[in-house]
Amino acid sequence: MQALLDQLDALLANNSIFTLQTLSFYGDGLVTTVQLVFMSLIIGLILAIPLAIGRSSKNGLIKWPIFLYTYVFRGTPLLVQLYLIYYGVVFVEGIQESWLWPVVKDPFVPALVAFTLNTAAYTTEIFRGAIKATPKGEIEAARAYGMSPALTLRRIVLPSAFRRALPAYGNEVIFMLHASAIASVVTLMDLTGAARFVYARFYAPFDAFLFVAAIYLCLTFSILYLFRFLEKRLLAHLQPMT
Amino acid sequence: MKKLLTLSLLGLAVAATSAQARDDDQIRIAVDVPYEPMEFRTPDGELTGFDIDLGNAMCAEMKVECEWVVQGWDGIIPGLMARKYDAIMSSMTINDRRRDKVLFSEPYFTPPSAWFAPSTSDLDDATEDSLDGMTIGVQRGTLQDNYVTDMYGNVADVNRYSTADDMVLDMESERLDIVFLDYPVGQSTLLESENRDYKVVGEMLTEPKKYFGDGFGMGFRKRDQDLADKFNQALKTLKDNGTYDDIEARYFDKP
Repeated sequence: MQALLDQLDALLANNSIFTLQTLSFYGDGLVTTVQLVFMSLIIGLILAIPLAIGRSSKNGLIKWPIFLYTYVFRGTPLLVQLYLIYYGVVFVEGIQESWLWPVVKDPFVPALVAFTLNTAAYTTEIFRGAIKATPKGEIEAARAYGMSPALTLRRIVLPSAFRRALPAYGNEVIFMLHASAIASVVTLMDLTGAARFVYARFYAPFDAFLFVAAIYLCLTFSILYLFRFLEKRLLAHLQPMT
Repeated sequence: MKKLLTLSLLGLAVAATSAQARDDDQIRIAVDVPYEPMEFRTPDGELTGFDIDLGNAMCAEMKVECEWVVQGWDGIIPGLMARKYDAIMSSMTINDRRRDKVLFSEPYFTPPSAWFAPSTSDLDDATEDSLDGMTIGVQRGTLQDNYVTDMYGNVADVNRYSTADDMVLDMESERLDIVFLDYPVGQSTLLESENRDYKVVGEMLTEPKKYFGDGFGMGFRKRDQDLADKFNQALKTLKDNGTYDDIEARYFDKP
């Protein structure tokens, strides 16, 4: 490990910007970005499934509040939501004395909350569309077999809806990764935060941002590859025979 | 006859310009106003400020008469080259790009940076030990950011903000334990804040130069080394006899 570091140090000796210090900033930024994006995606996904089912319900008391939530979070910029949650939470009376303060004092949790609520709203609408697009015949067939509505949902509607939602959800994952670039406005040192730091320190916009763009591209390609693999597996029945 | 007239006129002109150039009794100094509290006008139109008072004190020390010339900032170096005045004293930061054109005096003022914390805070000194585990706020890309990152980046969390306003908001909500700012900025945003009480922690910093820069200098034409030396000498005398501190106290309230 030490030999590797020495080698890297020697390689970097000839430039003034990409020193071990700035590379470690980028490294920490990568960890923060990946943590933030994937935690918010996973929590958002877990929230979105029941919300999408509720959103497709015929009961107005369930349907409309969920619609209001997705409408608000899809209708306002993520940056505004992030500002509201990060700077707004401190105006809650007595928050500094409560047990919540150590949690929301750090920028990570407010950012995670904002990103989760945002992606959950989009994912809910993606799933709702997929649920709505279930062919009527499949549901009627399930009813004819004597399945209860809950069983129909579990065995017929949701599995095929997930498959249909997959390409659109893949886009949402990539959008989320790119949207996470705004996390640095609330002092979180994510990838973009590291790039802004290097830019401000060395007045080198091209070096700082091209480097970080390359990292984002690598991340995006791995996500694309993962989803292409999943689509090949799960949507195999839709592929033309070769 | 005509030739003689031209010649004598030319001679007169040469004599006039050389007399002007040699005339050290009257030195014209350019200043761009307003830039409070360094240079500005009082309500009745008189020039005042730290630069003006210090400049006048130096001239008095040198026993020369000085005249202030108000000049817009973007033309202030070209005007010096064109001999519209003999010196610039207008909060000009010494840097290498300007050094190509201008001969600078010794720095006569460096805007200090200072640590600010809530007055209830236990911190009374900013050292590696006392800042261990603290959250420090700085403005991104400022000299304070560079200083804090290099000195305390390993022991403390450094939160970087795009604007001083965001930082003050997080200071008021207790997200930050301490911030490091230009003293005048901290004075107007934190010390004069009505929401909470703040204090200055430890010493104000202007050293090392690697981080805090060379400060403000007077600018001269490159050939006027003599004049620059005289001002440097006068500045040194004023610093030694306490006049400099008096003037500084007039415009900057030290804690």
